[in-house]
Amino acid sequence: MIELRGVKKRFGSQVVLDGVDFDVKEGETVALMGPSGCGKSVLLKHIIGLIKPDAGTVVVDEKEVAHLKRKELAELRSHIGYVFQNGALFDSMDVKENIRLGITDEDKYKDAEYVEGRVLQCLGLVNLQPEVALKYPAELSGGMRKRVGIARAIAGDPKYLLYDEPTSGLDPVNADIIDELVQRLARELHVTGVMVTHDVRGAFRVADRLALLTGGKIVMQGTPKEFHASQHPKVKEFLERDFDNPSFAA
Amino acid sequence: MVGEDKAMASRTLDIPTVIGNRVLDGASHVGRLAYFTLDMIRGLAEVRIWWPRALTEAWNIGVGSLFIVLLISSFAGAVTALQTGYQFTGNIPYYVVGTLVVSSIVLELGPVLTALILAGRIGARYAAELGTMRVTEQIDALESLGRSPSSHLVVPRVVAGLIMIPTLTILANVTGILAGWWSVKLVLPVTNADFTYGAQSYWRPWDAWYSVIKSFFFAGSITIISCYMGFSTQQGAEGVGKSTTGAVVSSSVLILLLDTILTRILLNQ
Repeated sequence: MIELRGVKKRFGSQVVLDGVDFDVKEGETVALMGPSGCGKSVLLKHIIGLIKPDAGTVVVDEKEVAHLKRKELAELRSHIGYVFQNGALFDSMDVKENIRLGITDEDKYKDAEYVEGRVLQCLGLVNLQPEVALKYPAELSGGMRKRVGIARAIAGDPKYLLYDEPTSGLDPVNADIIDELVQRLARELHVTGVMVTHDVRGAFRVADRLALLTGGKIVMQGTPKEFHASQHPKVKEFLERDFDNPSFAA
Repeated sequence: MVGEDKAMASRTLDIPTVIGNRVLDGASHVGRLAYFTLDMIRGLAEVRIWWPRALTEAWNIGVGSLFIVLLISSFAGAVTALQTGYQFTGNIPYYVVGTLVVSSIVLELGPVLTALILAGRIGARYAAELGTMRVTEQIDALESLGRSPSSHLVVPRVVAGLIMIPTLTILANVTGILAGWWSVKLVLPVTNADFTYGAQSYWRPWDAWYSVIKSFFFAGSITIISCYMGFSTQQGAEGVGKSTTGAVVSSSVLILLLDTILTRILLNQ
């Protein structure tokens, strides 16, 4: 269970989060939508403790993230997989080593046989061939890098998966592949997911619930049905262009 | 004109604000650098993580920097010898050339020139590598995996610098002295016996220690400042450029500052 209460964050004079309340229940996938630069990624980074709030609380599994000590935070992070916007793969390491770093259990990390099997298993889960393990990030396409990023995030068998714009910069076909992958991982691995996106179509397809962040606040949280029916001006404004999009309507 | 006057007046009024902001910015950097160094010291506990990486890093920076360090120290030694010969010809005995070359190289030129070269070479490399990792979220990724960026990225680089920069300084000292010896023999009637007599006459073993101790301090400042600048990078490619320049300038200034302080302390002058 992830709970954010009254989270505020500013960078210099710019207020990014202005009292955000946000909940994610176990087993569900929540899509956090909002226009570019509204603070979606900043909110996601609060959940894993990469950014500390100026005010408010971020609680994951009944632990307040900002108050955790170094070891406790590392322990919490071992249960959370984070998929970065551009993969954030370590370019000096091949794909196998990148995925290996995602294995958070130290005994398994050192076990060469387990690592070999787990890397291939994770590549399979994200629909990549075993040969990819030996490639370097620079040799991969944008879509493949994102999928390797997901493979690294699931290698530690996490309870939560946080996706930071997993489909941004991808063509519609690759974006659909990633969306399907997010759905499949939620189904097969039973992970709780938070997906930051400004791709409304993908969000409606993948998420059990949606949240709209704009102006530093969550203006609405609800099911896709509730979003469709919403008369909230900000929600309507954000969704309008995609409601008009035939592919979305389909 | 009125607009220009107003702009000038607003700039004048802004000066205290600008100075105040600079002071606050500087103080914040000092605080963050202290926290960064503390974090690095904590990272030392994870020997299993940083030691293999430190060896690879030491090999890379050692081998990669050897040619330029030896080249510059050779020229420094040769020029020192030739200028000493030029200034003292006919006034004092030739063996003094040996004294001056060895003292100048070991006490000052060897460690300082090597450090300044490596501030450019290694400092720029570390800041650019880590800065790129910062803006591409690789450092955040490491943290998100519950791993310490300090023991994976900072400690190996600092340890490699602390091993290799003093080693390169020793090699630079030897090369500088040999180059000075060889070049002075080409232009002056100085015998090997004159040169070695001069070199030994005023030689104190402490001088060699002083040279190495200085290079340790220089190594620490180059590597820690450069890693810190890399970690503090913001705003994409432009930020990486700023960090790289900042790393080279800051570590060069710190080298000169430390040189003065260490000379005062270690040579009691």
